[in-house]
Amino acid sequence: MTSTHLEINRRRALMTSAAIAASVMFPERAFAEETPRKGGIFTVHYGAEQRMLNPSLQASTGVYIIGGKIQEQLVDLDHAGKPVGVLAESWESTPDGRTITFHLRKGVTWHDGKPFTSADVAFTAMAMWKKILNYGSTLQLFLTAVDTPDAHTAIFRYERPMPMDLLLRALPDLGYISPKHLYDSGDIRQNPVNLAPVGTGPFKFTQYERGQFIIADRNPNYWRPNAPYLDRIVWRVVTDRAAAAVQVEAGQILYSGFSGLTISDTARLAKDKRFIVTTKGNEGNARTNTIEFNFRRKELADIRVRRAIAHAINVPFFIDNFLGDFAKPGTGPIPSVSTDFFPKDTGPQYAYDKAKAVKLLDEAGFKAGSGGTRFSLRLLPAPWGEDISLWATYVQQQLSDVGIKIEIVRNDGGGYLKSVYADHNFDLASGWHQYRNDPAVSTTVWYRSGQPAGAPWTNQWGWTDEKIDKIIDDAATEVDPVKRKALYGEFERRANEELPVWMPIEQIFQSVINAKARNHSNTPRWGSASWYDLWLAE
Amino acid sequence: MRLLSLVGRRLAASIPTLLLILIGLFLLLQFAPGDTVDAMMAQMGGGDAATAKSLREFYGLDLSVSAQLGNYLWRLARFDLGFSSIYGKPVLTVIAERLPATLLLMGAALSFAFFFGLVFGVIAARGVNKWPDTLISTLGLIFYATPSFWFGLMAIVVFSIYLQWLPAGGLEDITVMQTGLWRTLDIARHLILPTLTLGLIYLAIYLRIMRASMLEVLNLDFVRTARAKGLDDTRVVIKHVLRNALLPMVTLIGLQAGTMLGGSVVVESVFSLPGLGRLAYESVVQRDLNTLLGIVFASALVVIAVNLAVDIAYARLDPRITTGV
Repeated sequence: MTSTHLEINRRRALMTSAAIAASVMFPERAFAEETPRKGGIFTVHYGAEQRMLNPSLQASTGVYIIGGKIQEQLVDLDHAGKPVGVLAESWESTPDGRTITFHLRKGVTWHDGKPFTSADVAFTAMAMWKKILNYGSTLQLFLTAVDTPDAHTAIFRYERPMPMDLLLRALPDLGYISPKHLYDSGDIRQNPVNLAPVGTGPFKFTQYERGQFIIADRNPNYWRPNAPYLDRIVWRVVTDRAAAAVQVEAGQILYSGFSGLTISDTARLAKDKRFIVTTKGNEGNARTNTIEFNFRRKELADIRVRRAIAHAINVPFFIDNFLGDFAKPGTGPIPSVSTDFFPKDTGPQYAYDKAKAVKLLDEAGFKAGSGGTRFSLRLLPAPWGEDISLWATYVQQQLSDVGIKIEIVRNDGGGYLKSVYADHNFDLASGWHQYRNDPAVSTTVWYRSGQPAGAPWTNQWGWTDEKIDKIIDDAATEVDPVKRKALYGEFERRANEELPVWMPIEQIFQSVINAKARNHSNTPRWGSASWYDLWLAE
Repeated sequence: MRLLSLVGRRLAASIPTLLLILIGLFLLLQFAPGDTVDAMMAQMGGGDAATAKSLREFYGLDLSVSAQLGNYLWRLARFDLGFSSIYGKPVLTVIAERLPATLLLMGAALSFAFFFGLVFGVIAARGVNKWPDTLISTLGLIFYATPSFWFGLMAIVVFSIYLQWLPAGGLEDITVMQTGLWRTLDIARHLILPTLTLGLIYLAIYLRIMRASMLEVLNLDFVRTARAKGLDDTRVVIKHVLRNALLPMVTLIGLQAGTMLGGSVVVESVFSLPGLGRLAYESVVQRDLNTLLGIVFASALVVIAVNLAVDIAYARLDPRITTGV
């Protein structure tokens, strides 16, 4: 019964995604012979202002959506999702994986006119990626030096083998270069350039009015010939999601990315021909919804209880009724869009089966007391999205059916991270796990033991597993891509078997784009990309 | 001279209050779980423990609470509001950037509400229990009961999406840079909907107060005397009744100046205006203590200033107030 339900759901999802793909492809095909038009202003929804706009210092979509147009990285992902050189033209690794050489593009200048050289790369890697950049500091932990034999060669030297395919998948996000000559002196974090970035990208920073807008103008000296097409990009700061939706409708905003509008507004705009709603262009930003278990509670340290909780919740029903077509049941920490790593065998899955859940709880010795309650748990939902809030309420209701009483404790962002990842003051927590193209970037830290308290989105469950630790460590330095993929298959199966974190829903961000835009959503991380080829039809 | 001493006394009395508010808020915020580094981590989407530690040192959060409070008060004594951790600028600059939009919106909405509240209140009182009164009172009730975010969104849907008469949000049109008079007109156009949205609720309150106060004064003896003198009705209302009926309205303005500063968070968010309300909200979520305390400080100053102005206005409206005391 459950499986037929799943089938129908999957088929429907497939049909819908095909329809969406067609609606995205069709206008492009129809206008394929149209020559790109120069000029125009592209207005973008900017929901949460950041403390800096420099993507070499902060890895988050809120920075990429602006800084990613102004600064460039060594490598980006192309239309097919394969690494393609941007500031690097080519690269090679020694067989032991300890020396990686990048040959840099010649004739590139910074927006202030100074030439871009290997010294910028060496400085950014050592002073920013390794020391300040979130996730960068983990990725480059064993980077010892960057040699610059000439102005266009940068040689990265690693203490332990660095898998080339890991580096190439991580660099599109964690490989932005900053100008050495502007960061040379003084505290990097306090440098005013952080909020007025200088880069090599297709757009030059012009103005930032806090709380209102940010403007970047066309870089006339951009190294790609005939690019960019747009005259200007304007980011409008709109914190209220409903207000952003009406501005999209009024044509004041042409693009709202990363699921910036409410679920209901997005569904409404999807029916309007003037707008395109798609998950395309966001494949590089997959995320899964989580249930995180605190093993300090004796009930949750019992694997039977964790499995019972997973069996007790009807995930497809939740997706069908609350999230719609842009989500699907998850299979574990590695999302299915990650074709390079998604294993054929994902290990045990926990389909909805209330009877089994009840049986497991009974076996674990947690019999229903008076009023049918076995035990009570505190569930902390993260405040990032309405889906998490809905999911928490749904979990509460479903678990009460099997005798687990849930008290929902809501916090804002800072409070949530502190309670869960620093103070361990939770029983269940629910948020998002962000997958960043390679499990080694931000996924394995959810499972590897020995994470210091206070590091958000890491294994703070009080759970240690030698097997998974070994798999993670082996994979992190395995230079053979085939062996790495196999190791991450093992990782996924072990994670699903032990279930320290349950990842039952897989989602990709949605973009809402005005139908006048051309060449949009054409790479897996388009919202973060440089938009050098984006143009606006009349 | 009398005025100066009034101002002096008022300001002296407000200093202890101000200090208590700031210390109270500082301690209150210590109870909120998480600090500005946690909030920053939340925004960044992750980071390691070493990054968090170096950030805490950077923001001076590794000190004890009493040391932090002591530092803050010592800086305040030297008129230094400190450095904003979200904006990376001195708090004074951050607030100064936001103040114009807030004052513009607040001023426009208050004047709108005050003026039309007065006019409609008078009309309603003169035709009490007849149809103008019923109509005005009913409308007032509707405005008062409507949540401002809903009203704002509906106004955008009607005027910006369907009719396309007015912009949907923002302070000015940023796709075309304008200067001088055109810019002023453009900003005015952008402020029409927010002013209406914020002003209508206050309008409802003002017209109720004005109506009640008019009715009360209309029954007083001196009005009968004026009528007996043979003055026509309009003169009686304008020269004798209105001036006396205005006192409660003026009191209300003084009280509401403060609420309007804070109460515009919703309107600022719906219309994407860069005001103090949104800044305060963001500072709480981001645990930016310096900015939040700075805003409270600035708001308190505005409230004190407005109340002072109200006291002076009392004296103008009712000469008994200054001569009597």
